[in-house]
Amino acid sequence: MKNPVNLFSSISYSKDLHLENRQKKASIWKALFRLSTLVGVIVLAILILSIVNQAFGLVAFEDINDRNEFISTSIIDVPKTELIQLIENNLNKNRVRTLDTEKPLLDRSKSDLIRIVESEVFKQRIVDSYPLFQSIFTPNEFKSTVAEKYPDAIMEFKSWFTPQFLTESMSKTPELAGVRTALLGSLLLIVITIVVAFPLGVSSAIYLEEYSRQNTWLSRVIQTNIDNLAGVPSIIYGILGLTIFVRAFEPLTSGRFFGYEGANGRTILAAGLTMALLILPILITNAQEAIRAVPNSLRQASYGLGATQWQTIWHHVLPYALPGILTGTILAISRALGETAPLIIVGAATYISKDPSGLFSNFTALPIQIYNWTTRPQQEFRNIAAVAILVLMIMLLSMNAVAILWRNKIQNKR
Amino acid sequence: MTNQTSKQWAIETQDLDIFYGDFRAVKNVTLKIEPKKITSIIGPSGCGKSTVLRSFNRMNDFIPGAHVKGEVLFQGQNIYDPRIDPVQVRQRIGMVFQKPNPFPKSIYENIAWGAKINGYKESLNDLVEECLVKSALWDEVKDQLQKPALSLSGGQQQRLCIARALAVKPEIILMDEPCSALDPIATLKIEDLMRELSNQYTIIIVTHNMQQAGRASDFTAYFTMDTDRAGSMIEYGVTSQVFTNPTNKSTEDYISGRFG
Repeated sequence: MKNPVNLFSSISYSKDLHLENRQKKASIWKALFRLSTLVGVIVLAILILSIVNQAFGLVAFEDINDRNEFISTSIIDVPKTELIQLIENNLNKNRVRTLDTEKPLLDRSKSDLIRIVESEVFKQRIVDSYPLFQSIFTPNEFKSTVAEKYPDAIMEFKSWFTPQFLTESMSKTPELAGVRTALLGSLLLIVITIVVAFPLGVSSAIYLEEYSRQNTWLSRVIQTNIDNLAGVPSIIYGILGLTIFVRAFEPLTSGRFFGYEGANGRTILAAGLTMALLILPILITNAQEAIRAVPNSLRQASYGLGATQWQTIWHHVLPYALPGILTGTILAISRALGETAPLIIVGAATYISKDPSGLFSNFTALPIQIYNWTTRPQQEFRNIAAVAILVLMIMLLSMNAVAILWRNKIQNKR
Repeated sequence: MTNQTSKQWAIETQDLDIFYGDFRAVKNVTLKIEPKKITSIIGPSGCGKSTVLRSFNRMNDFIPGAHVKGEVLFQGQNIYDPRIDPVQVRQRIGMVFQKPNPFPKSIYENIAWGAKINGYKESLNDLVEECLVKSALWDEVKDQLQKPALSLSGGQQQRLCIARALAVKPEIILMDEPCSALDPIATLKIEDLMRELSNQYTIIIVTHNMQQAGRASDFTAYFTMDTDRAGSMIEYGVTSQVFTNPTNKSTEDYISGRFG
């Protein structure tokens, strides 16, 4: 509406309507809102692109052992039996046995065998790598640098995101490293956190909203504190967890009380409890909001039929509030999954190749792993850190997707 | 109190005052409700009609600061006696609200739930059918009992709410402006239904609609507000009497539409 034309012959107002001015103001605001959204989208896009940029790209390989000494043709043409022979003849006996117990060599796929032969028999190593966008737009630059520095190197486009990355545990060589330990650690951590925090949070929210007398000074003090606790820096929760769960409750969190041979309180249980404390205020306030949004007419209908307060809450208030509570839980899970600071304080291991075996085991988690890898100087560690971030994001998205699907299912039933 | 000759009223109030905090919303109500009849409570906005109605099954308990002075007798027993559990009162005295408020569940569940929580042991299927027949909804919904109650029209939802109240087997049904959110046709259906139900149940209805009180009720109580903003009952009697020959000037003014 650039030039509003007066289509009406009669004038109802003696004053000027300032229509042009008003419409201009409106369009300025609209443009501002659109711009803010755009800024957000751009920042998100840059974030994702910079991660993807690191996760794929050109790499240069070089064999430490000359492969022509082992095979005469291209490795793809070598039959499976010969590959197994290569492994058995050239690796030491212990390694062969380990591989065989993980999965018998005969049952392995050919690509799996090729991978073992290349990395362990030829000792193929990555000597240089290049991020995705440069690999696409200026590949020749990379090729000339590599040709100059490593004349024997083979160049290849590599996706650092491989199935092995998910199934391998930590390693000192970036090509062989994986996130299995960290992934399992994160999963177990989240399970402990939710199992502890969800019932506590929802119960407190029910009590505060449905039972406690509102507007007394005590309930106001409690409410204000819960709201403020949601904003306390996570590192402070880490210190709290260290003092309470790791140190004070050490016999419990190390498992000694239950007859485990726990070394100290720096276990996944202590970390899970700390995380539960961290997300509790978020969970409570969100659940309170959801319960407050339940229409009073529903409660009255229930009471009018001779229901007790508990029956009203259990059969009507909670089912109605559940989608809202789940939304809050999704937010809380996302927060807990990405938290790093409290885990460092509570004592997550930076290098551990053993999967968490139970509540009282040492552990690491994805954010710790990412943090650890990004501090290394080699470019390859940065590549796998980017892939670990992708894994973390995919894990987050899939957990949220499950919660959202569940929520929608509940809502559709109405 | 247990006088042999005294009539058994459905509900009897004795000098009932109702307070919200320090504010006295209703004062000096002495009212005897005839059993198995329809009694309407009319009056201008803010005169405490709904407050009085809700005090009959202790629904005011949920409003912070609300309390009563005086007695509300149900079967000769004061329902505000500290030994009485309000849950028990609400099972005997049911309620239908201003806006239809079915539970976000199936039609079947809406009716069966109240019976289930009150320990109903016989066949729920029979009960659901019986209540839907009584509330004149059976023919419309018998093939879709598992459909969500919220998919029904407003008038159907309100009749479902009545059916739901019947399932708990109350003796008295309180209706708080049950037709104010409905169109005239749905309103007439509810009125017919009330007439039908009054053979078995005592019905007390609060209404803003003068014609409705005139057509549908046997007794009418007229409430108005005093200068201290406390509501009180001005006139109470047989509906035809109150409408054609009111003893009070204020009642006459209100009924003839001069104010309110």
